[in-house]
Amino acid sequence: MLSRVANSLYWMCRYIERAENIARFIDVNLNLLLDLPYDENEQWGPLVVTTGDNKLFENSYGEPDKDKVINFLTFDNNYHNSIISTLEKARENARSVREIISSEMWEQINKYYFFVKDASNLLEDHDNLYDFYYRIKLESHLFTGTMDTTMSHGEGWHFGRMGRLLERADKTSRILDVKYYILLPSVDLIGSPIDYIQWAALLKSASALEMYRKRFRRILPDKVADFLIMDSEFPRAIRYCLIHSQRSLRTITGTSFGTYKNAAERYLGKLSSELDYSQTDEIITVGLHEFLGRFQHDLNVVGNSIHETFFEVGK
Amino acid sequence: MNFSNYQVEGFFDEYFDENNNPRNGSSIVIKRIESLSDGELVKRQKAAEAALFNMGVTFTVYKKEAGTERIFPFDIIPRILEQHEWEHIENGLKQRIGALNKFIDDIYHGQKIIKDKIIPKEIILSSRSFREQCLNINPPKGIWCHITGTDIVRDKDGEFYVLEDNLRCPSGVSYALENRMVLKRVLPKIFSDIKIRPVDDYHYRLLDTLQHLAPDNISNPNVVVLTPGIYNSAYYEHSFLAQQMGVELVQGSDLVVTDGYVFMQTTKGLEKVDVIYRRIDDDFLDPKVFNPDSLLGVSGLFDVYRNGRVALANAPGTGIADDKTIYAYVPKIIKYYLGEEPILSNVPTYVCWDEKEKQHVIDNIEKLVIKPAGESGGYGIVVGPHASKKEIKQIKKLIASDPRNYIAQPTLSLSRVPVIVKDHFEGRHVDLRPFILYGSEIYVMPGGLTRVALKKGSLIVNSSQGGGSKDTWILGK
Repeated sequence: MLSRVANSLYWMCRYIERAENIARFIDVNLNLLLDLPYDENEQWGPLVVTTGDNKLFENSYGEPDKDKVINFLTFDNNYHNSIISTLEKARENARSVREIISSEMWEQINKYYFFVKDASNLLEDHDNLYDFYYRIKLESHLFTGTMDTTMSHGEGWHFGRMGRLLERADKTSRILDVKYYILLPSVDLIGSPIDYIQWAALLKSASALEMYRKRFRRILPDKVADFLIMDSEFPRAIRYCLIHSQRSLRTITGTSFGTYKNAAERYLGKLSSELDYSQTDEIITVGLHEFLGRFQHDLNVVGNSIHETFFEVGK
Repeated sequence: MNFSNYQVEGFFDEYFDENNNPRNGSSIVIKRIESLSDGELVKRQKAAEAALFNMGVTFTVYKKEAGTERIFPFDIIPRILEQHEWEHIENGLKQRIGALNKFIDDIYHGQKIIKDKIIPKEIILSSRSFREQCLNINPPKGIWCHITGTDIVRDKDGEFYVLEDNLRCPSGVSYALENRMVLKRVLPKIFSDIKIRPVDDYHYRLLDTLQHLAPDNISNPNVVVLTPGIYNSAYYEHSFLAQQMGVELVQGSDLVVTDGYVFMQTTKGLEKVDVIYRRIDDDFLDPKVFNPDSLLGVSGLFDVYRNGRVALANAPGTGIADDKTIYAYVPKIIKYYLGEEPILSNVPTYVCWDEKEKQHVIDNIEKLVIKPAGESGGYGIVVGPHASKKEIKQIKKLIASDPRNYIAQPTLSLSRVPVIVKDHFEGRHVDLRPFILYGSEIYVMPGGLTRVALKKGSLIVNSSQGGGSKDTWILGK
């Protein structure tokens, strides 16, 4: 497969996944705020902080409030990680490999992109926002489903899946981190109903609430972390993402598990094994926020090594 | 919706004769269209547009800050050609392409046609698309023009004329194929009522044509389509064709020349390429041989080609045969190489290189269409009857300064086909671009791209100026 094509498939899927997860971020906030007893605008700032692009936001918007943050993260063409920008890039990547992907996938990306592009007027009616972000998740799922059922599961598909799962691992870690930033009105409330409601909202944003209940039934903070980080069966859990992205990687290269022949295999294998043999209480001891920060860093290293190994061959 | 108020208005109409009676080929289609309930046809027209939009068959209009995307306008009323009309075109094109291929081969080898004084040497050597780098090159199987799109028009007498030969990188075939797909979706019933020659196997035939060029000892030749990239206006077509043929779509940066062969860079290292269907112009192919500033091409490609280790389609240098001054000589070219009379006529053409003809052009400029000889795609054309005084003055100056580069033709009255205008039909002018493949034999795709000038009264079918397209039906037995 052409290096350029592999690169485009990888990023096409990453961007589609990214768009979906931005919708999830906003969704978790919308959910959380419904139950919070105080001025909701205070809670939109932290959301921008989790993206790491708060400087950028301040420069063009100033003080955060709901409308500004939603506009920034969803419709802002000048912000490279807004939903519309990521979809634009997904589409551009798809366009450059449209003879590789199925026509159905291309049609879906097109419809998805124009749906968001035409929706900028939604902001005026906040009741529609829930439906809107729900629809975004759905459109992404539709893309993934279309890809799984209409494209051969060969090298290109595996590059795509690898991109999607690495992106998802990163974003699940960030969704989990939102709770760190959402301040409770007072320390007394840790462990209170509001605290639980927040954890439940967070699970819901990762579409994980129901699956979590089947496994742990009661909502406990460390179990939530355990589920979203360590579960090997829930498809948005970090460990699931790493296991399966590693499968894709090794299907592409043909190298067996437990060994490595290039940087991509080494770093992804290392990160994945680390999780395989970790326990949640260790993580909680280090501090969840600190753990997630380091994880995101390590994942970036994996991403860079994939670029070196496959996309920049001969350069 | 019905045709009861439809008027041919003195033009040659492809659907109705001069007395407003349906022609043989169109009567069933007219009946079927009229049987649809009110609003149904417009609904299907909308469905067709939506389908094209979702398939991404769009081009970008750059106006405001955000480029808006439009579909290439499409009208669902098909253009119909009867069997005998098509056979005439098909035979004419086969003859024409066969002769032009011999002509190109001769120009880059012995130049007998010049020695026999059929075409003045000066005209050949002064052509902007003559490539001296191609002299004495032997393209595989002696084929130069593998893919051609010839523009044909029909005048008010109902006669077909070749307006232009496009032998470099003609585009439009993807629109013709997509139009057919869409029409099958929105008017399925008509297809079961009448026999329409299929075009769906075009991509197999294109792949055959390309694989035919690989050395015989390679059992499964590696064919690629070379595109300038996603910002090229024909990018959609490049990717469409690569997808339909199941081959790689590459950009110049994906290819490298090492050890005397062309390779593409893959995730598993370098892979050899045998045949390149290149959709970039000669000038950009290889910065070492042609335009040194080109970033689109592949350095060293031409040497590999010269040594017969990679095939290029179309062969570099074919543009010599679609120079518009040389176009005027095509009837003579056909006679010279084949000893036959041309089956399809040329539009009468005045060559400004010739002093006498130039004077005629200058004297009658208000009645003529003036075209630069070296351009393609409708650039630089001046339509005398519609031109302002300033434009006339300007073109006269241009002709005087570079007569070799200008030709003139009488203004033709293009034939018309009905299109949907809101809730009724009106006639609009059309042309036709059939596509011809030259592989183990010469094949003409039964159909082609019918371009239609959607603006009332307009004769300009180019998409940049309000043109659209229609599906083209060749009726079968």
